[in-house]
Parts: sequence; structure tokens; C-alpha cells
Amino acid sequence: MRYLPLTADDREAMLAAIGAKSIDDLFVDVPESARLSAPVDLPRVAGELEVERALSAMAAKNATAGSVPFFCGAGAYKHHVPATVDHVIQRSEFLTSYTPYQPEIAQGTLQYLYEFQTQVANLTGMPVANASLYDGSTAMAEGVLMATRVTRRNKAVISGGVHPHYVRATETVVHAMGVETQVLAPAVDAEADVIAQIGPDTACVVVQTPNVFGTATDVTKIAEAAQAHGALLIVVVTEAVSMGLLKSPGEMGADIVAGEGQSIGNALNYGGPYIGLFATREKLLRQTPGRYCGETVDSDGRRGFVLTLSTREQHIRRDKATSNICTNSGLCCLAFTIHMSLLGETGLRQLALLNHEKALATRDALAAIDGVEVLTPRFFNEFAIKLPKNATDVVEQLAAQGILAGVPYSRLAPEAGLDDVLLVAATETTLDADIKILAGALAKVLAA
Amino acid sequence: MSTMNTVGRPTTPNTLPDNDYKHPTLTGGRGLLQDEALIFEGEGWGKTGVDLPTPKTDGSDLGDLVRRDPIGLPGLSEPEAMRHYVRLSQKNHAIDLAIYPLGSCTMKHNPRLNEKMARLAGFSDIHPLQPQSTVQGALELMDTLSHWLTTLTGMPAVALSPKAGAHGELCGLMAIRAAHEAKGEHEQRRKVLVPTSAHGTNPATAAFVGYSVVEVAQTDDGRVDVADLASKLGPDVAAIMVTNPNTCGLFERDIMEISRLTHEAGAYFYCDGANFNAIVGRVRPGDLGVDAMHINLHKTFSTPHGGGGPGAGPVVLSEALAPFAPAPWVVNTGDGYKLVEREEDEAEQAFGRLCAFQGQMGMYVRALSYMMSHGSDGLRQVAEDAVLNANYIKARLEDLMSPAFPDGPCMHEALFDDEWLKGTDITTLDFAKAMIDEGFHPMTMYFPLVVHGAMLIEPTETESKAELDRFIHAMRLLAQAAKDGDVERFKGAPFHAPMRRLDETRAARSPKLRWVKPEGSNHAA
Repeated sequence: MRYLPLTADDREAMLAAIGAKSIDDLFVDVPESARLSAPVDLPRVAGELEVERALSAMAAKNATAGSVPFFCGAGAYKHHVPATVDHVIQRSEFLTSYTPYQPEIAQGTLQYLYEFQTQVANLTGMPVANASLYDGSTAMAEGVLMATRVTRRNKAVISGGVHPHYVRATETVVHAMGVETQVLAPAVDAEADVIAQIGPDTACVVVQTPNVFGTATDVTKIAEAAQAHGALLIVVVTEAVSMGLLKSPGEMGADIVAGEGQSIGNALNYGGPYIGLFATREKLLRQTPGRYCGETVDSDGRRGFVLTLSTREQHIRRDKATSNICTNSGLCCLAFTIHMSLLGETGLRQLALLNHEKALATRDALAAIDGVEVLTPRFFNEFAIKLPKNATDVVEQLAAQGILAGVPYSRLAPEAGLDDVLLVAATETTLDADIKILAGALAKVLAA
Repeated sequence: MSTMNTVGRPTTPNTLPDNDYKHPTLTGGRGLLQDEALIFEGEGWGKTGVDLPTPKTDGSDLGDLVRRDPIGLPGLSEPEAMRHYVRLSQKNHAIDLAIYPLGSCTMKHNPRLNEKMARLAGFSDIHPLQPQSTVQGALELMDTLSHWLTTLTGMPAVALSPKAGAHGELCGLMAIRAAHEAKGEHEQRRKVLVPTSAHGTNPATAAFVGYSVVEVAQTDDGRVDVADLASKLGPDVAAIMVTNPNTCGLFERDIMEISRLTHEAGAYFYCDGANFNAIVGRVRPGDLGVDAMHINLHKTFSTPHGGGGPGAGPVVLSEALAPFAPAPWVVNTGDGYKLVEREEDEAEQAFGRLCAFQGQMGMYVRALSYMMSHGSDGLRQVAEDAVLNANYIKARLEDLMSPAFPDGPCMHEALFDDEWLKGTDITTLDFAKAMIDEGFHPMTMYFPLVVHGAMLIEPTETESKAELDRFIHAMRLLAQAAKDGDVERFKGAPFHAPMRRLDETRAARSPKLRWVKPEGSNHAA
């Protein structure tokens, strides 16, 4: 087998060195009843060619974003990733290294994490950012739990604009911890409705901008209201590129930013791996989840980097840790930071404007169709429309024509009764021709 | 003085620790090892390494929402970016460079076929919320992976979506909690039993789910103390969390008794599957009475560790826990594949959802690519070679170093304590740093906590005998040097790494976690 270097002779020599008669001698501690005498019932060893054929056949059954007019968003976005990114992240020294526990021989990983933390802090407008969590939704859950630790209160108020899957992922975890959640009804443009719900037991309010309907909101007043009541404001951002055009959560007074970083450097990957961005204020640092990389010096006085603040983490604090998280999204952070370095501020702002431009054009084309009502008043690269028909049916009919028209809101929250709402996203990858095709096909489906 | 050969190259290494510092270079350069400033310290403000069309909008329709202040993000042209990251990369140790014997981490070879498959557009360029009719191949892949995982573990069901091992633990304990809730026993069952040798994630996860953690003692031979376990099991216990093979690298001989006692007490058996690599293809956890076990795809199934992630931690579940698995999952309807995304209808008892989408698809592809390559026979050989390699290391070092549990074979990792360093003034940390100088990544240090000065060596099956012998040779030389009182070699180490020993205390005392513009500089941010 091509991944196994030992030869039969090696094995024999090694068993002799150990003083074992056969490999079975090394498995004596396994209860006899549990020892398998033969390989389990699965296919046997296969060459590269066979595996490649089998998996390619599965891949070929999927409609890829790059091959069709494509308008899906709702927390995952199709962007162009420069070729350099994927080349660099496949370098052996990055791909096949572990968590940098021996910093003297892991400065490559540590320095890019330090640069990543700085980029995320600056992008979100926050003083500190960690070295990433699993994804945006788990970052939100961690943010809520952190807020309960900081405030010693037990309730989270969540706006109706937060991605329903984020809400569900958060509730699943925080309810187990005994944290209460109050989730407001879905609303296209009502992030500020959380203000009226803040009470003395509120640990945090969670809002999203742009929200799941695409609406961009200045949350400054929400931050003021939360802080006046001693609660924290958590701002969720599912489209990181938006922060190249829109005011940062930090500027608007966020205490915690829980974001999804997939948009920068990372492919759609059918939902993962993605990259959880987590940024906060300095004074809350000791209550945060996840890893940090910090600056220090070596014994010769040269600057270097190490993992730090680990006294919050599970491998030191065990059941008193701030989170059980161990793994981060290392290689996805690397992809993010390379892409961001290539963009720079100039490129990021330009990229953000291009996204906005394509979304405006898409909005205009769809708004002109009879029966389509645009719901989102202000948006970055995504907006919601109301259709005169069931959005899921429309999306299926368009998919049958080779058009991926967007995400029906009801797929995220079937119980909401918004079966006629479609979320439509455009990015720099959207062609004018794609917009035309979508508008033409949608008009026909609606007229039929 | 080292002797020179006929072309003037030294034939024996000059072992003086300060060798590097006798002839400082004029620029501070060190040959191929390039120093590299932070991207924020260069001239990249205003620069970009992408060529984008000029936008036709200025965003003025968004009014006051538009970000006006500088963001603070330097840019690099493509050649500068390439050089920056390649220079950084060369300061890292990697599996592709040499053995990476971190115990409990399973740093095995990462086949590049996996990478190629994960990058097929049909897997990487599909959206998690596309209509299911347009991603039948992706669902087929998830279903096939599920079949391999359940068959290899002898368990009826699997929840794929957990994003890492600790996330898998969370999934398993949430399922256990839901099962107790369904039986009306949750209020009384608030304890989780965890052996002292467990990974830190186990107690952290139990606490995360709201349980109180009770430690279970360990026997002198490195296993769960069954009598202690039995005395702590009762109607107030929700679950036990046992790693098997355990973190001492040993198979829990009494595993059947452990699961029987657990079930008798009405509790569930969570198995930490971090060490599944030692038994894959030879033992099915389902045959041991396990109710839930996470599988680190980035350990056993060779998906890359990538400097700390991303991982993937699918959880296999017993018949008793399967109904509580979180959404989403794939169902083969016979007429195609369906992704069940909501906790209703057939998913009525699901305990919720663990992340926004379907989990780590990119890792599913890599893991399946690896499994299909090995096949069931190859995977069995994986476990055998992993165990053989570890025992070989143990056998070749046990005369110089002190195995923590000398009697009987170990599984996939060999555990030593620091007894053999007694009186040398050299610690496990010092020894580890000296290994770096010899060109090796150190083993896992000071874990498990139950062994003093622990050194946990996991070679994995992808090391050749020659590489093992090279490693053993270096370890023997170092061990001998330690015993001979060559203290400076260890105390000052590393001398030959990209950095000397780093001051971790200083980093934690006054944390500097981001670059900030130095006072009075002209940087834009």
C-alpha cells in the first residue's frame, strides 16, 4: 500500500527487536471477543486512478457555482480567490504542520496567525481578535456564552435578522448551559427592535449586519442601549467583504464581533471548512474562547511569537476552561490572511464596491419584473425579494434550467411563513449576462 | 575543532552550543533562513496585489453606513506575497520534513490525492444551500463516508457535522443529554465521570454541556480503576468519557466491564476516539459497548492538520443515541439522496444543530479519498503498523529512558516519564528543545497529566524503519548526553532552530496580540 513504508522484512525485524512473535502479540490487551479476525466488509485497497475515478464521478453530479448563473448567499459567498492563495496553503510546511506548540520551529504559523489577528481586529474595528473558531455560527454561540460569563446574566436577545441557522446552532449549545434566548420574529429591517427587549437580566443582544435579508444597519444606537443596561452587543457578520464598504462593528460600538471569514480566501466547500472570526474589547480578553498568538522575545532578545493566554483553555483549565475548543481553522486563516494581504485596503475597498455594484444591478433587473417586490432597503451584496409564488418552487424550476437563483428563506426557517421570500446575492464573480439570464428566466417562471 | 574531509567539509559536527554565534554575519542574515518582517512593517499601505475593474458605484446610496476611516490593511504585490509566505513557511517543522512524533495527535502522512480530490470543483465550488437536486453527488459522498465510518466502527449511525474533535465530544454529550431528557432522567443525572488521564477537552466539554465532572482514578498499570469507577457510578451519572486506547497509549483491558457497569447504572459510554488509529480495522468500538465516539478525521483519516486546523469530528452513535443526532444528515431514499435539515418529522428527536451548514465537506472528501485508497485491508494494516512502530520505539529506548508502563505492549504511542532524568537537572522541556536541535519535532510533553514529566511518542504508521532508526539514534545520543551531565546542551536549547527558546511568560503577562503603529510613525493605520 503506497502510504505504508514498512516492508514485510522490516516488520519481521521489528517484531524481533520487540520480542514479539507476531503482530497479534501487540494486541493482547484487546478482549478476545472484540478482535476482528479479518478486514471488515468494505472495498479493498485501491490505486490513485480508481479512487480518482470514483470521486470524480460523484463530483460530476453536482452543479458548480462557477459553471452556472449563480446567486446563492445566506452566509456563504462565491468570490474569486487568487491562485497564489491555494498554492501557498498547500506548501508542506503549512499544510502538514500541527498547532504551534513548539514555537521555535513554528514561527511560520505563528507569524501568520499574528498577522491574521491584526487584520481581523482592524477589519472589524475591534482591539483584539483571536486566531479563529470553527465558523461564524459557532463563533456566535461562543460569543453568547462569553457574554453570560462577563455579565453574570443569563439571557440573550437575538434579532429577527440573524441567520436562522446561526440562531439554531447557538440555541442548541447555550440552552444546554441554561442560558435563555429570546429570538424576535423575522424582520427585514428591524435590528433596533432588540432595544425594547433589553432588561436587567439581559447578558447580550445579538444583531447581524448585513442581516440575513441583506439589510445593512447602523447599530450604534443599539450598542448604546445595550451598554446603558450593562449588556453586551454582539454583532454577527456573515459576509466579511462587506466590512470593506460598510462601517465596522467596532466603529458602531460592538463589544463582540462573531463573523464568518469564508468570503476571503476560502472556497464554498458545500459549507465547510470555514473560518470563525472572533473579535472583542481588550478588557474582556480573559473571558474569550479560542487561541491567541502573542508577541514575545527569544533568549537572544529577538522578536518571536507564541501561543499565549492559554490559562483560559481546556488543556490547562479542563472543566473550568472558557470553552472546550481545541482546534481552530488554521489553514483557512492562512488562506484568509494571504488573500487579505494581496487585496490590501485598496483592493478590499474596490472588491467591496464591485460586489455592491453587481448587487444593485441585480436588484434593478429583478425589480423590473412583474410581481417581484424588493424587500431590502439598504444592502451590501445581497437582498430579499418577495415573489408572487412559492420561492422554493421557483428556485427548483430555475435550477432545472441551470440557474442557481438564490436561497429561499423558508429553507432556513420553514416555520416563519415567509415562503415567498427569496434571498439573492451577487458578487464580483457575477456577470452582467448572468443577471440578464436570471431576470429573463424568473420573469418567465413567474408569468407561467 | 572538527576535522575536515578532503573538500574542506567538517566530518564531525561541531557540537559547541554557541557555534552559530562565533562568526556573526555582517547583516545579521543566516544563510537560507530569511528574516521576515510583518506585513504591517513594510511599504504596503495603498498597494494591492489584485487587478480589479474600476467599480461604477461609490456606495453613496448607503450614505452614513459607508466606512470612511482607514482600515489598516497593507497590501502586497504577488511576488512580495509569495516571498513573504514562503519565507515564513521555512520556519516551520512539518510531517513532510521529518517524523513529527506528537503523541495523541497522529501526525501521519497527508496524501496529496486527498488534496486533489477536495479541490474538484464538484466538491469545492458548491454552495451549502443549493437545491438538493443539484448536489446529489455531494450527498452521495457524505452517505458513502457515513457507510465507511459506521462499518469500521460497528455503530449504526453517524453525525457528520461536528467540526473538530472537541465539537464531536459536544455532539456526543448533547445526544446523551437528550436521551436522558427523553427518559425523564436528565434532572437526576448531572455528573460525567472522566479518568484523570483524559484530554482536557473531555472535562471542558462536560462542563460546557452543564455537567459536573467527577474524576476517576487510574490503576498503577495506566488503566481506568474499575473499582473506583463502579463506586462512582450511580443514578446521578449521565455518562462516562473514556479514551480508548487511552492517553497513556494503552488499551483498556477491562473495557467490556467498564461498558457493562456503565449501562447497568443507566449511564452512557462516550468514547474519545482520538486514538482510533491504533485499532482501525482490528477492533470495532461498537463491539466494546460504546454509545458515542468522535472520530478525528484529521488524525486517523489523514486530513491535514494545517497548523492547527481545520479538523473534523464526526460522531458515531449507538442505537440508543441515534435518534437524537443533530441536523443535518443524509438519507438515501433509494431514488436519490435527501439532506434532512430540520428537527421535525423524521428528525423529531434531534437535539438541534451544531453549525450553520453541513460540517466539514472538504474534510469528508479527503477522508473518503484516504479510506478508499487503503481499503479495509489497508486500514487494518494501518493500525498494525502504527502499533508496531510505537512498540519498536519503546523497545529500542527502554534501556536508556523510563517507560511509564513498562509491562506489556503499548498501542500506537510509547509513553515515558522523567524518572530517568532524575538528578540530571534536565527537564522534559529541556530534552524536547534539544531534540529540535537534532532536527526532530519533540514528542508531546507533560501529557497525560498522570505521568510525571510525560513524554508521549506517537510515530504513526507512515514512518519507515529507516526514519524510526534515525530518530531512535538521535534519542539515544541525547539520552546518553543527558545522563553524562552535558547539561548546557539541554538548558540552552534550541541553538539551531529559527528561534532560541521563546519567553512564554512574558507573552502572557502583557499580551501583545496585534501589530499597532509605533508612536510617531507615518504608517497609514
